[in-house]
Amino acid sequence: MNWHGVVAIWRFEMARFFRSIVQSVVSPVLSTSLYFVVFGAAIGSRIPEIEGVSYGAFIVPGLIMLTVLQQAIQNAGFGIYFPKFIGTIFEVLSAPLSSFEIVLGYVGAAAAKALLIGCIILGTSFFFVDIRIEHPFWMIAFLLMTSVSFALLGFILGIWARNFEQLNLVPLLVVTPLVFLGGSFYSVTMLPPFWQTVSMFNPVLYLVSGFRWSFFGMADVPIAASLAAILIFSGLCLAVVWWMFKTGYRLKS
Amino acid sequence: MSAIVQVENLNKTYDGGFEALKNVSLDIEEGEILALLGPNGAGKTTLISTICGITQPTSGRIMVGGHNVVTDWRSARKLVGLVPQEINLEPFEPVGNTVRFSRGLFGKARNDAFIDQVLSDLSLFEKKDSRISQLSGGMKRRVLIAKALSHEPRVLFLDEPTAGVDVELRRDMWQLVERLRADGVTIILTTHYIEEAEAIADRVGVIRKGELLLVEEKDRLMARLGQKELTIELRAPIDVVPEGLAEFDLRRSDDGLKLHYTYKVGEERTGITRLISGLQAEGLVLADLQTNESSLEEIFVGLVHDGEAA
Repeated sequence: MNWHGVVAIWRFEMARFFRSIVQSVVSPVLSTSLYFVVFGAAIGSRIPEIEGVSYGAFIVPGLIMLTVLQQAIQNAGFGIYFPKFIGTIFEVLSAPLSSFEIVLGYVGAAAAKALLIGCIILGTSFFFVDIRIEHPFWMIAFLLMTSVSFALLGFILGIWARNFEQLNLVPLLVVTPLVFLGGSFYSVTMLPPFWQTVSMFNPVLYLVSGFRWSFFGMADVPIAASLAAILIFSGLCLAVVWWMFKTGYRLKS
Repeated sequence: MSAIVQVENLNKTYDGGFEALKNVSLDIEEGEILALLGPNGAGKTTLISTICGITQPTSGRIMVGGHNVVTDWRSARKLVGLVPQEINLEPFEPVGNTVRFSRGLFGKARNDAFIDQVLSDLSLFEKKDSRISQLSGGMKRRVLIAKALSHEPRVLFLDEPTAGVDVELRRDMWQLVERLRADGVTIILTTHYIEEAEAIADRVGVIRKGELLLVEEKDRLMARLGQKELTIELRAPIDVVPEGLAEFDLRRSDDGLKLHYTYKVGEERTGITRLISGLQAEGLVLADLQTNESSLEEIFVGLVHDGEAA
């Protein structure tokens, strides 16, 4: 195991993050604060409590998930796409690093950044609403698993993308709608029966539901289903990454 | 000396069906400087990329320091440093950081003193904290070399190290190569510039259309294939080459004042003495004599063209 290599990638990627710390931290904090102002204070005051939780507090887990998902995909995608784009990837590919070690470095860094931002947003939310965390262990576990699995997805997109447009396409056209329709800002029980059924096919619903359960003990789907969904998703992503390295897909000729 | 890099019957066919390397076999001795010459698209970069593990071989075997680059890649790659042809560096990274990163990638523990030494050797120490984007083209190329040397490789590949580099920097680069060789590093460089191979290489390999036409010691290659030309200047012009000198296959200049005689360097009998006697016997008066040696470039052009004709 080439630990020096893994750490080198991890540190290099984290340095990129801390170099643009203002952009990395301030922008998600600012946009989350705006969500609190708009949904929590302005609109939320007209929405009744959901199972005893104020609407402002109810959306906190969804908001964190929204940002963590976006950040994990974006950081991992950019992290591997940029060296591919400017050609520095040759060095990583010619280094004595296995594909697992490369993934560990890049995905580990992207997940760490997403996790960090998730925690910052959670901290920010304390200023706006009263929240309680009923299952702190599961809260952290869900956050961690989501960060890692979506960083894996971002990594796949980064290898797949041939240009910056493609790199942004999937997060914009697929992931963001899935998050918004995954019950980030509402409970699916508020939807008509037909749309409730449709929502069950949205993988993000399971994440948000499980994460919200760790806060308030309420969930749209059973907690086991949430856990299973995230494990299956991570497994799928791992399989795709494994295949990409095995075949050298868009990495090696 | 023993071979540190062994390439046996290497073939590489790209997905589109293009055969970049055809049955290439090559032994590179420890501590030598080998120059790979060849026109664009000859397969030089593919050969280097395959040895470094960036390109997967279609068939054949490559050993570096006794380790197979496919089955025992981890040990093989640790020994190798690669300076690519293109200047690809992260523009916003500080120089020191990016060189340290390379050392880590190759599995070496952090050693700032060593990195500082590498940077100093390449006159980059002052630029340690500068961002790559602030450096000149020549400086960026040195950063690439520093990155390749950061993990103390035993074999260094330089892919067109002086392409687009000014004369002064090119000479600096040659000196650096000499220094590295003195430290025992084996160096394989690809180049278009015959001058470069002539100046620094111990052996020269010529690649054309994926085939390794020859690998030979530079001096022996020059001796074997190099030709010399003797130019004889005459006092008075002549209209035709006298019959008595036909065996020398002389070439007469248009003004009839010069005769050109070509012979191979290193041959025991060059025929010069007989030629001079012959000239005297024909009653020709000599004004001056000159000899020119053909350069590696001419040999190379000759080789590549012969190959194309065949």
